[in-house]
Amino acid sequence: MEFFLISLLNGISYGLLLFMLASGLTLIFSMMGVLNFAHASFYMVGAYLAYQIMTTMDAALPGVGFWIALVLAPVLVGVLGALVERYGLRRVHRWGHVPELLFTFGLTYIMVEMVQIIWGRSTVPYVVPEALDGSLFTLFSTRFPTYRGFMMAVAVLMLFAIWLLLTRTRFGMVIQAALTHPDAVEALGHNVPRVFMLTFGGGCALAGLAGVIGGNAYVTEPSMGMQLGTILFVVVVVGGMGSLAGAFYASLLIGILQTFAIGLDWSGIDLLAMLGLQVDRDTFGYSVWSLTLPQVALMLPYLLMVLMLIVRPRGLMGTREN
Amino acid sequence: MGSVEFRPIDLGMYMAWVVTIVLFLVMPLIFTSGFAISLLSQMGIMIVFALSYNVIFGQGGMLSFGHAVYSGLGAFFAIHALNWVGDGRLPLPVVLIPLVGGVFGAICGVVFGYVTTKKAGVPFAMITLGIGEMVHAAALMFPDFFGGEAGITTDRMVGTPFLGFTLGPAIQVYYLIVVWCVISMIAMYAFSQTPLGRISNAVRDNPERAEFIGYNTQRVRFFVLVVSAFFAGISGGLAAINFEIINAEQVSAIPSGAVLLATFIGGAMFFFGPVIGSVLFVLFAVALSEYTPAWQFYLGIFFVLMVMYAPGGVASILLLNLRVAKEGLFKALRMPYLRLVAGSVVLLAGVVMLVEMAYGLTLSLSIGTMVKLFGIEFDAARPTPWIIVVLLLGVGGWIFARVRRDFMRAWDSVNQEIEARAKQAGAGGAR
Repeated sequence: MEFFLISLLNGISYGLLLFMLASGLTLIFSMMGVLNFAHASFYMVGAYLAYQIMTTMDAALPGVGFWIALVLAPVLVGVLGALVERYGLRRVHRWGHVPELLFTFGLTYIMVEMVQIIWGRSTVPYVVPEALDGSLFTLFSTRFPTYRGFMMAVAVLMLFAIWLLLTRTRFGMVIQAALTHPDAVEALGHNVPRVFMLTFGGGCALAGLAGVIGGNAYVTEPSMGMQLGTILFVVVVVGGMGSLAGAFYASLLIGILQTFAIGLDWSGIDLLAMLGLQVDRDTFGYSVWSLTLPQVALMLPYLLMVLMLIVRPRGLMGTREN
Repeated sequence: MGSVEFRPIDLGMYMAWVVTIVLFLVMPLIFTSGFAISLLSQMGIMIVFALSYNVIFGQGGMLSFGHAVYSGLGAFFAIHALNWVGDGRLPLPVVLIPLVGGVFGAICGVVFGYVTTKKAGVPFAMITLGIGEMVHAAALMFPDFFGGEAGITTDRMVGTPFLGFTLGPAIQVYYLIVVWCVISMIAMYAFSQTPLGRISNAVRDNPERAEFIGYNTQRVRFFVLVVSAFFAGISGGLAAINFEIINAEQVSAIPSGAVLLATFIGGAMFFFGPVIGSVLFVLFAVALSEYTPAWQFYLGIFFVLMVMYAPGGVASILLLNLRVAKEGLFKALRMPYLRLVAGSVVLLAGVVMLVEMAYGLTLSLSIGTMVKLFGIEFDAARPTPWIIVVLLLGVGGWIFARVRRDFMRAWDSVNQEIEARAKQAGAGGAR
């Protein structure tokens, strides 16, 4: 019970972090048709910027650095994203979606090298701020870290803010309209390319925010973008391309799945033992049966994706193609 | 009515074949050092890999981020087969080992292609990425077959020598690679002319219409992918013979990304594009990485610039200039080109200096802040080099911006002239 609840909470917080990224990715994808391959790279830049701002500011005003970073880093990442859209993607747009995808793919190389040029190739000591270090509550005998709770709160607040922006403001209405009928929106006098730029920048800012709160919860290193990026694509495929609700369920599903898999030390041998079968080194396929769940944890999201494609190719909540 | 052939390209095609094969044979006679032979061997392997990638990407319109799955798994099966040959368990000449890689690459293509080709376009790209990651994760889970982090090693000098070739010296391996490379190139070119190769072009350009004339696009994508996986497997088998070691990194996202970069940089729309791209890529990845830790940065910048300004790759740039030269209009472009090159060189020098100095400072913990560039060694922690960088970037950027405009104007007018001539010729000599 204790393990179950703690793992569930950890899984949800990881899932929410995934959704912070997946929401921006989905929004950009459904609006512009661009799959932003570099989305997780913006997440990485967010974490590094937050680390830089935090260490610089903490020298002058101890304890404030993280809060400044929490606001400033996403804004900077958003501006970077908007610049990329304005001076890069917009140029490539006329050649279609595959060159756009290739453009963002090339961007991942540049961004990861830039980060290495500025901050070096090893892990940077981006840590949880003192104010949030400690345990929020104790469940049976396990402490739940305050920072995990903070992550969940930020994610939920952010989602609520996006929901308000998209459904309750004039600008949100324009975005929603531009999703489906860009020409009509343009004809009504709205600057659709500008809306695209702002959406792309906004999506990147969300990724940056996820980086600020995810970078110190996990590890801030140059490979963090690539690691999360592939999981992110799995989330989007499993949820259904372009579906925000689907991305939400898929994020939580994969977050919880992975967290539980890491915690449960079961193997195929245990499963067979339950069925009354004995397995030893000479049994056929021993190397498969002896695998434990933590060993397969890395592979589970991809397996889930393959299963989903075989059973239900459009994803959890995707619309039927054509 | 027979099929329509565009004659002038065909002549160029023959020339390209002859030049390529002659270059293959002559290069190791000009560059005889061990490093050069190793570089050339890697180019040969990369050419097969990139051409196999272009079967699905350029010709089939499928952007894959996981093509190394087929070459990598092919390489693993090939290296195990090679070890079996060494044990005497498998009576197969070593020179045929790439075929083992090819067959198993194709089998993997059947298995994974069944899943991936259910989709096309962007979803296909994402799924291939996921499959690639899955195979990579799996490779680390089964150390018996994949050898874990260390990988599987082998010895290629086993079995009876084939026509006196022991495959001991690197040069013999190079010529083995050349033979397989040329056979694969011809086979892939022939494939692009088959009905399946042609219909894969149609599926790329207009899947809906291909459906309407009665083709199952999913099945076409599947078959094309299997063919491509076969050739990727051959490149993997060649890699197994050449390096004598294969580890899990061979199936990771790194070679998958590399083959995409190489193919696109060379030019995916031309059969010979990936050949050029492979040569450039190996120069970047192997030769440039000897000099700078930032080679991936330059490669990334180069790739992004190509996507933005020359989506047809280096091959398209070459062909367009060839067309200008053929029309005798190159004279008008000579000065703009010279100015453009001058501006780019200044700008590039600034960028390279900036990147190298910044890297010198961040990596300074182990080697100090001294940076060696263009044969000059200096201290990146002092202000003078930084002032030079700012000057170079400012001046270079200013020149480049001005010159680029002039160049574009000259380029456009030349191309308009050519098009006008072509139209005139078409109107006068319509068949």
